[in-house]
Amino acid sequence: MNSAPAAERGEPLLKVRKVNGWYGESHVLHDVSLDLYEGETITLVGRNGAGKTSTLRAIMNLLPRRSGEIRIAGRDMAKVPVHRTAHSGIGYVPEERGIFASLTVSENLMLPPKVAEGGMSVEAIFDLFPNLAERRNSPGTKLSGGEQQMLAIARILRTGVKIILLDEPTEGLAPVIIQRIGDVLVELKKSGMTLLLVEQNFRFARKVADRFYLMEDGHILESFPTAQLDAKMDRLHEVVGV
Amino acid sequence: MTMIFGIPLPALLGQLLIGFINGSFYALLSLGLAVIFGLLRVINFAHGAQYMLGAFAAYLLLAHTGIGFWPALVIAPLVVAAISAVIERTMLSRLYDLDHLYGLLFTFGLALILEGTFRWYFGAAGQPYAQPQILSGGTNLGFMFLPNYRGFVVVASIVICLSVWLLIEKTRLGAYLRAATENPQLVQAFGVNVPLLLTLTYALGAGLAGLAGVLAAPIYQVSPLMGSNLIIIVFAVVVIGGMGSIGGAIVTGYVLGILEGLTKVFYPEASNIVVFVIMAVVLMLRPAGLFGKEI
Repeated sequence: MNSAPAAERGEPLLKVRKVNGWYGESHVLHDVSLDLYEGETITLVGRNGAGKTSTLRAIMNLLPRRSGEIRIAGRDMAKVPVHRTAHSGIGYVPEERGIFASLTVSENLMLPPKVAEGGMSVEAIFDLFPNLAERRNSPGTKLSGGEQQMLAIARILRTGVKIILLDEPTEGLAPVIIQRIGDVLVELKKSGMTLLLVEQNFRFARKVADRFYLMEDGHILESFPTAQLDAKMDRLHEVVGV
Repeated sequence: MTMIFGIPLPALLGQLLIGFINGSFYALLSLGLAVIFGLLRVINFAHGAQYMLGAFAAYLLLAHTGIGFWPALVIAPLVVAAISAVIERTMLSRLYDLDHLYGLLFTFGLALILEGTFRWYFGAAGQPYAQPQILSGGTNLGFMFLPNYRGFVVVASIVICLSVWLLIEKTRLGAYLRAATENPQLVQAFGVNVPLLLTLTYALGAGLAGLAGVLAAPIYQVSPLMGSNLIIIVFAVVVIGGMGSIGGAIVTGYVLGILEGLTKVFYPEASNIVVFVIMAVVLMLRPAGLFGKEI
């Protein structure tokens, strides 16, 4: 199904059309367009500063200025304020993880309000991430980097969102932890979750991604299905430089 | 008679108690300032004026509608909180994206306007406000005579400070508040209405000042400048405790009230400046304040 042409798949769950974004005078996104279908996982790749994080921030309405069209489940998000964006069923796991130091693990987990029914229960989350259960009363930032990443993902799973934006979830983590996070994402995907992943680690991304979008200098250069990843490797190395 | 360091024990305990009462007001006021600074990053110079507004609200309620102390204890802080919420929404909130200095200047100007208006209307002289009947009289503690109302103020202040501390440290709303203090954008991205949270926080801080004003009305007279006299000391208290530290503001408020009281016993000449001397020393040794974190 993943290689089916867009026309046969109906309306994407997340539709981004000709989005431009700015930080002050600096024009960081140029006519970015992408589609994310229900149950699909796409991965944005590109060099640092290519506009991957800015794309996620534009979708969450966190850029100081943006233009263009963003639709979630058909709903035009242009006029939706930041604090109502999540209520359209979208959750954000930022690159810096955003674990709050003055909140315990439990409080961090319970922080994002439920935006829809069908989120995971706290028990199910603690089953999935047993180390979080053990440390539920520690301050959030006393966790290891891997545990913080798991907490950042876990707290979104509680909220019942349909789409999760994940910004470099494997950055700076040990291989065994990366493996664990990969397993979790595969599980999520099986359960029907729709994921938008920003990732430099192709080997990690190919396990979950259905399609890749290649970014450079705030532009989307091309998109291709995961099956073509090997054939595109030279091109990727040239653009991404890793 | 029992003497400690050459001071009669009753005099010492008496001043300790007076210090504790003053400390109750320092704690209530610095708590409100710390709550506002923590989330809004605004140094609320209007805090003294909001304290004065609370006292005047109680006074006007009694003078014009006959509503007494106990209902006023609830109504006046709500009035001050409501007025402050409107001010935050319509004016202060427009300054958040600018340098913090603008928030300070705005609230300073607001304080001048409020105090000037009341001074023009009521004159600089204080208006008396009778303490509630049920708390008239006093209790002989053996070492001193404690007016019941002052005892009530001490207890009320402790209860209020503890409640606010619990609200912030132990509830879900408090978790939003602490999280938004660290990273407002992310909390907003999670679907929390942070602008509303800012308005409520400012209203809470101002309401606490109003509540302190009502409690103060029977002790100090109700006068337009009652806040500006007190607020300078309270700012010193907040600086000593550490900007934005809730628990620090409360503890420092009581401790400094008591230290000030003790200074009155041992070296009365220094009692007006002891808080500022302590502030200077703390700033030299721990610039972030006793309970503050380095930013």
